[in-house]
Amino acid sequence: MKIRQLSLFLENRPGQLRIPCKVLGDAGIDILTMSLADTQQFGILRLIVKDSERAKKALEAAGCVVNATDVLALDVPDRPGGLASTLEAFEKAGLGIEYMYAFAASRERGKFATLVFRLEDPDRAARLLGEHGVKLVSSKELFERAGV
Amino acid sequence: MPFPVENAVFDPAETLPRADLAALQLSRLRETVARCAGVPFYREAFAAAGVSPDDVRSLDDLRRLPFTVKDDLRRHYPLGLLAVPRAQVARVHGSSGTTGRPTFVAYTRRDLETWSGLVARFLVAGGVRAGHTVHVAFGYGLFTGGFGLHQGIERVGAAVVPAAGGNTPRQVMLIRDLDPDVLVCTPSYALHIAEVMAAEGVKPGDVALRYGHFGAEPWTEEMRAELERALGLLAFNNYGLSEVIGPGVAGECPARLGMHVQEDHFLVEVIDPDSLEPLPDGSEGELVFTTLTKEALPMLRYRTGDIGSLIPEPCACGRTFRRLAHLRGRRDDMIIVRGVNLYPSNVEHVLLGIPEVGPHYQIIVDRLGLMDEVTVLCEPASGDVERVALQERLKDELREQTGIRLKVEVRDIGSVPRSEGKAVRVVDRRG
Amino acid sequence: MTTQWNDAPGGFHPASAPDFLPRAQLQALQLGRLQATVRRAFERVKLYRERMEARNVLPEDLRTLADLGRLPFTVKTDLRDTYPFGLFASPMEEVVRLHASSGTTGKPIVVAYTDADLQVWTSVMIRSFAACGLHRGDVVQNAYGYGLFTGGLGAHYGAEALGATVIPISGGNTDRQLMVLQDFGVTAICCTPSYFVHLVERAKEAKIGFGKLKVGIFGAEPWSESMRHHIQAETGIRAHDIYGLSEIIGPGVGIECFRQDGLHLFEDHFYPEIIDPQTGQVLPDGAEGELVLTTLSKQAMPMLRYRTRDITSLHPEPCACGRTVRRIRRIGRRSDDMFIIRGVNVFPSQVESALLAVEGTLPHYQIVLTREKGLDEMEVQVEVTPEFFSDQIRALEALQKRLEGAIEHTLGIRVKVHLVEPRTLARSEGKAKRVLDKRSI
Repeated sequence: MKIRQLSLFLENRPGQLRIPCKVLGDAGIDILTMSLADTQQFGILRLIVKDSERAKKALEAAGCVVNATDVLALDVPDRPGGLASTLEAFEKAGLGIEYMYAFAASRERGKFATLVFRLEDPDRAARLLGEHGVKLVSSKELFERAGV
Repeated sequence: MPFPVENAVFDPAETLPRADLAALQLSRLRETVARCAGVPFYREAFAAAGVSPDDVRSLDDLRRLPFTVKDDLRRHYPLGLLAVPRAQVARVHGSSGTTGRPTFVAYTRRDLETWSGLVARFLVAGGVRAGHTVHVAFGYGLFTGGFGLHQGIERVGAAVVPAAGGNTPRQVMLIRDLDPDVLVCTPSYALHIAEVMAAEGVKPGDVALRYGHFGAEPWTEEMRAELERALGLLAFNNYGLSEVIGPGVAGECPARLGMHVQEDHFLVEVIDPDSLEPLPDGSEGELVFTTLTKEALPMLRYRTGDIGSLIPEPCACGRTFRRLAHLRGRRDDMIIVRGVNLYPSNVEHVLLGIPEVGPHYQIIVDRLGLMDEVTVLCEPASGDVERVALQERLKDELREQTGIRLKVEVRDIGSVPRSEGKAVRVVDRRG
Repeated sequence: MTTQWNDAPGGFHPASAPDFLPRAQLQALQLGRLQATVRRAFERVKLYRERMEARNVLPEDLRTLADLGRLPFTVKTDLRDTYPFGLFASPMEEVVRLHASSGTTGKPIVVAYTDADLQVWTSVMIRSFAACGLHRGDVVQNAYGYGLFTGGLGAHYGAEALGATVIPISGGNTDRQLMVLQDFGVTAICCTPSYFVHLVERAKEAKIGFGKLKVGIFGAEPWSESMRHHIQAETGIRAHDIYGLSEIIGPGVGIECFRQDGLHLFEDHFYPEIIDPQTGQVLPDGAEGELVLTTLSKQAMPMLRYRTRDITSLHPEPCACGRTVRRIRRIGRRSDDMFIIRGVNVFPSQVESALLAVEGTLPHYQIVLTREKGLDEMEVQVEVTPEFFSDQIRALEALQKRLEGAIEHTLGIRVKVHLVEPRTLARSEGKAKRVLDKRSI
């Protein structure tokens, strides 16, 4: 149920973001979703692509520093309070969230939105969330929904 | 041997018979008062008090003289109370004011010689000898601590490592490599040094330190025990303040049961801080000093704001100067909580008396609605101390010893701010 | 603004007498002292004895000053290698002061003084102040750092022995410095030249003047003629360069007189030679090369032919001030890659060892030095490698802090670490450009 996510180190300079995007574009790799976390000095760009291995190689060949991490994707009710109820499940399961962001392609507007979560132990989290009735979205499903 | 260190007396004046001392004090007092009459501030103060220098014919007449307070120095910034021409000032020092401008003090060449001799007295009483190496981790500069001790050490003939403050890992490296016999700094910084040493796996036996001279802030017997254990040395206390001269006003002898006031250079009184009446020996009150030999900045009846008492009995060491009992603290550091006086040293006394508690602490004062709330932050002595139980125990002990219900938070080791100089014991957030 | 000259005639100090010794007398004095120093060093310091024996040179072989050229050199690493007490020529009981400066691997260089050494140090500082026209009526603000650095206490003891009023304000707290300068009628200030420029800028901002200030004694880092002109034009003071190094004694090895045309070396205590840094050959007067100094009167730590790494030239021509002790040209650069920031000597290799200690590997890095409002800033740019790239901001920030902490611990000064992308730092054939010094001097 885990999803492979790539993260890149970027300096906070104009134009830095464009480089990885161009590299992936030239390699014909579709970015399914991305998130940029930043400090004053640098940023971390997190990407989910279909072929993470190929993407990683391409980015490294271009001189980027890339990490691969496992994350989880969840469908969250797309209404006010929807996120809160999901987070309640995390709390009940005693899980701490390292970070999260929204997935660009959602299943159905007004019905569900998809969120990506990074947790310390994704396997354990997946199991516990399952026990609490939380439905995880697999990579296969994500890619299908995105039409790739 | 009754004392833990040789009872060496640096200056024979320290054992003057009381009658001879009194005669010396009176003659010096009269000189000082005459000197002060040349300072506009004191001239006016004498006039306002209806007293003149000729009226001082006995030591009792001291009470007729006006007091001096810190604000007088501040108002006459920078050196309005100077009693000598500017050209005779060899040195300027200052105390960092907590608010506004610092107050400055001045010294002639003779004052500097007097000062170094006074510091040498307590250093020698506390084991320091020519040929020793002394690591000075006090700040140098305008602060009188570093320089005061530095000069005193030179007077004794020992070697100075002027390490000054900061960069504790480097301090520890120098202590390990240069084999100093003596450490000089504030007690709270000594604690921090000990902590860094321990973290590096250095045991007290691994370093050559034998004596520690700690001052510039009040500290308890419990803190002494902790420092001696952690650093493997004999710890001595000394007292002073820059307005009076700097370190060297009083210091411990080998008996370590109070600090001998250098009464041939300073008259000491203990007064009730509210009524300003002098109190008998043994009573606790505000310490007041009158300088007897200072040339540049003589001080008459300077109210220190420090609370303590004088021990009436003579000391086993043979020095005839009276001792200050372990000081309670600065009146400014005293917190009044729900009508009860609380000093940081009261809290220190409890905390450091319990082995499961680490020696670093801080007191936070908040106001919730109309009530003052005091929280004592501390740390466990080690990782395997059960915190919740300790917290409860500390609450009970503090309540019993201080009479006040205090909140206690036993925090992670390392989270209470460490001091690199004078520890900030009280954080008053009442605004 | 015009600068008022008020030199020697108003302020001749008895301690300055050796500055004016006739050359022949000076040389006789130097030879006697040199022979005594070499004998002392040979008899009491293993390193000197071994090296001299290896060259078949004994103290007796020193019969003229030129024979000094037969002795081996001493270099900074010798002090590091014998840390802490290996070069002491006096028993510890006679040592009354220890100072330390940063060495190349985190261990400082320790220097020691006997009572007599302190007196020599004080006397050369008196001579330095006197050469700048100062006397007992002056009020001296000493803003050099006090502590293990020899600058603060060195200048202090000298000013105090001169009879001046000394305000030991040490470094930092710019507003208070300016307040004291005004309110105490300060006539002379001692500090690094870049710090003084910082004070000047702050004073301009705050629209306050320099009161009675007439002389500045600036050292501990190289500074140019244009910086001097800037300082003098802005304040009307006379800005003197002072030279020294703790391995030799501290500040007080040489000073500019009112002519401000080279620094007079107190060569009755510190014997100078200029050598070719590649061959070690002694060069004639006027030629540019590396300054080598031999102490003539130090007891605790005599230094024989110490290579200072400073590039300059010796000038025996008579000076209008009347001093016969030779001058060196102002020192503009060094013969190694050491740089000076905020008065502290830094070798890039120190930064390397700090980075290595945190990471276990040595990432590509570059040191960038800038000057903002007179204050030197040091930034260490470190390339992020896959080994220490973490997915979490927190971890990267913690790494940054750890690197800053490690470098600060080694150097003793505050630095900023800037994480940069890989392959963004300049590489070159052979040695990478480790230091980018953007400070205009």
